[in-house]
This record gives sequence, C-alpha cells and structure tokens, in this order.
Amino acid sequence: MSSDTPLQRTPLLSNHIAANGRMVPFAGWEMPVQYEGVLAEAKAVRTKVGMFDVSHMGRLYIEGTGSGEFLEHVLTFAVTNLNPGKARYGFVLTEEGGVIDDTVVYQQSPEDGSGERYLMICNAANRPAIVDWLNEHMGDYPGVTMTDFTTESVMIAVQGPAAAAIADSLCVGEEKPSTLKPFGSMAQAVKLGAEGALVEVFIGRTGYTGEDGFEFVADAADGSNLWDALLQAGVTPCGLGSRDVLRLEAGLRLHGSDMDTSKTPLEAGLERFVNMKKDAFIGREALVKQSADGLAQKLVGFKLLDSGIPRHEYTILNKDVQIGIVTSGSYSPSLDTGIGMGYVSSEYSVLANHIHIDLRGRPVEAEIVELPFYHRPK
Amino acid sequence: MSEHPSDLQYTKEHEWVRVEGDGTATIGITHFAQDQLGDVVYLVLPKVGSSIAKDSKMGEVESVKSISDLFVPLSGEVLEINKDAIDHPERINEDPHGTGWMIKVKLSDEAEVQQLLSAEDYDKTLAS
Repeated sequence: MSSDTPLQRTPLLSNHIAANGRMVPFAGWEMPVQYEGVLAEAKAVRTKVGMFDVSHMGRLYIEGTGSGEFLEHVLTFAVTNLNPGKARYGFVLTEEGGVIDDTVVYQQSPEDGSGERYLMICNAANRPAIVDWLNEHMGDYPGVTMTDFTTESVMIAVQGPAAAAIADSLCVGEEKPSTLKPFGSMAQAVKLGAEGALVEVFIGRTGYTGEDGFEFVADAADGSNLWDALLQAGVTPCGLGSRDVLRLEAGLRLHGSDMDTSKTPLEAGLERFVNMKKDAFIGREALVKQSADGLAQKLVGFKLLDSGIPRHEYTILNKDVQIGIVTSGSYSPSLDTGIGMGYVSSEYSVLANHIHIDLRGRPVEAEIVELPFYHRPK
Repeated sequence: MSEHPSDLQYTKEHEWVRVEGDGTATIGITHFAQDQLGDVVYLVLPKVGSSIAKDSKMGEVESVKSISDLFVPLSGEVLEINKDAIDHPERINEDPHGTGWMIKVKLSDEAEVQQLLSAEDYDKTLAS
C-alpha cells in the first residue's frame, strides 16, 4: 500500500482520542497502539478486563443455498456440521497449501431452517485478498452471496478474567453471555448506560489474548456508545501493542509475521486446525504431499536465557550458523523474559534444544519451549 | 508547558545533561524520548572507569516496542552508572530526569558543553 493512501478510520476514533490513544497506521487503518502503556494494558487483561477496537478486521456474511458447501471447499475445517451459533478457527489456503489468511467462521443460520448464513472474520490486511479469493471460487455455487459489512459495523474484543461478569452486566436478556462455551455465540440486547438505548449486539466467546473473553459486533452507529458503556463498566482500553504481547504469550500466530502464503499450517504447527478427514478442500493435496515428504522447517517457540528481546527477522543460530529466522518476538511480562516464535530447520525443532538468537550482533542463548508460553489459571 | 526542566541541557538525540560545576555531568534520556519508547524493560550501560568519546555509543535502552542505541554527548570517563535503573528500568519512564538518570561522567573537554541545547531550544527541535 502506498504511503499516500488515506488511512481508514474505525467508528471509534473519537473514543480513542478521548482516552489518549496513540494512533498509528496499521494495515491501512489508523489504530491505537497504546493508551496508558503496553505493560499496564497487558496486566489489565491478565488480571481484570481490557478491551480492544478490532473494527479493522474484516467481517463478511456468506449466505444462501450451498454456502456451507462452498466454505467447506475453501476452508481447512468442517463447516456444515457446525451447531447453531458455534464457530471454528482455521485457514484459507492456496492450492500449494500456503496460508492466505486465518479466520474464524460462525454459523449464523436462522434456527427455523429457512436459510444458511455464516459470519467470517478475517485479518484487516487480508480482507481484499480474501474477498477476491472467495469471489473467484464462488462460481460453482450460484446460490451463495457474500456481503462485506466491515465498514458498517464495529467489533470490540473484551478480554480478561472479569470479561464474563462485564458482558453479563451489560446484557438485558435472560440468556447471559457467561453461559456461552468457548467459540459459542449469541445475539443479545445490550443497554448503553443507565438511561441508554437498547442495541442489538452479536457476542462470540472468542479472542486473541489467551484469556477468557468475548468479541462484540454491533452497528457502526452504536459503536461509540458501546465503547463508552464498557469504559463506564470499568474495562481498560488496550491498544495493538498489548494485543501483540498477549497473543504471543498465548502462542497465537500472527498472519503476515508467523505465516503467509509461503508457509503451510503444518510448518506453522497448526495441523489441529486442518481437518484431513474432509474429502477435498483447496490446498489439501499439497498438505498430503508435504506430510508424506516431511517438513523442512517448523515453527518453534523459544525463550531467552539472558536479557534482551528477540524481534521480527532476527537470525536464529546454532553455534554461529544460521538455522532459522524469528517471526515474532517480544518481552513477556508474564515470564519476565524475551520470548519469540520463528522457523528453524526441522532437525533443530526439538523441545529443550538450546539455540541462539542474534540480537543485533550479540548472540543470546535461548531454549525451545512448548507453546503457549502462558496458560491462564484454571 | 514543557516537560523538560530548564536547569538541564539537551541534545537533538534526546539526551539530557546536568553539568554539575565540578567538572562532572549526569546524563539520561528525556521525557520525550521515554514517551516515544514506551515501557522500558532493559538498559545496557558502559562499565565504570571506561573512557567514552563524544557521539560514541554508550549503551542501549530497550522497550517492549523497540531498541535504541544511547549516544554519549560529551567525552570523558564514566564515574558511576545507575544500577538501580538497570534493575528497575521503569524508573526511566516514571522519572526520566531524576531517578531514571543513566551515567555520571568526569568531563575531559568542558568546551563540548557549549554545543548542548537549552530546554527552550530542545523543545523547538521537537515542535519542528
């Protein structure tokens, strides 16, 4: 994207500015990277509850006769057997098995069986590519339509151990969000303040932080008031900076850094989100072949044994020979050390193996560890 | 109102210097610099007793978001480093011109002090 393309703004821009958000360009959008500070925000999510404006992420309705079968064809996971309201995570792959995007798809078909509808959430930077890819492959499914309603809506992720209590307190219906299982969802009326209007909000028990939490989708016009209602309920505004720290601690891959069309889900260590029992989906044959041939490289998680922070594109060494490259790195407040993920030649991708990360000319010893780095307390 | 005290002197590279009047100076990074960096988690400083030359690298300051080299604005010998700030890098965010100081230097060329900026001139470089 050229630098003179105007940045897109979410409906929450004025809320971010009011909360002293530091706005930065991200994937073509003007987004808050932090408010109070990355560590304070990460702590709020780990110990209480924080919220993120994720309105930049793509929101697509795939609906009409055959939409389930169509999605089965372009996704690595089963779709047609999803129960009402339930969601799954997985990938859209190229024929070569490369990851075009990772996505969450919710089943939203009317309960009376009168039709089919799915909600697909994709990464902001990949929305144009996903829309093109789906359009390109929709030809054999004449009953299917796609509606991109990203800019007509907002999405707010409310994350942390107190998220369920907050979500329940805002919802007026008898059915409470806290009764949802992970990857379940419901439509709910939310009251915006004591005197406030009731607005319809879609709530999914999903997130990208490793904590319990919910993602709220509402009309763009209601977004600002919904954010304020959450703020008044005591939720801490959190930016992209803390989101990146939290997702890395939770071992969650970031498309564009940890995977892209040059990597398969097998190399990324995410085969559990690929349903090989499905007869056919785009990329399946390439994965079958790669599985039989063996993997040349694998994604590993590592933690530094000395001070310093690994960062994207730093070199991974065995003695002084390069064996891989860092794709994500950060300081981990939960572990109080530098952590990262990266691809190494398969022979080195052994748990407890010691490697070195080249921190700007200073090789620092690191240990390959199991992902995720952080487990939330039971 | 400026966050940068008028009794300190500054560099365009966002260091501050307190010239102590006995041939020594204390050096740190400015409020503006710590605000840009965000949460500081690691600080690397030179050894006590080492000689440092003006504009050479004296250490690194690393935040969650980024890593920056620290350049020394004056030549001299390192008399003292702030070990407390190495153990508690959050001092640099909380009190960059006070408890977040970094090194004390015995100056070898006091004329170099003339090249430093006043608080007012430093703020002008930030505004431009």
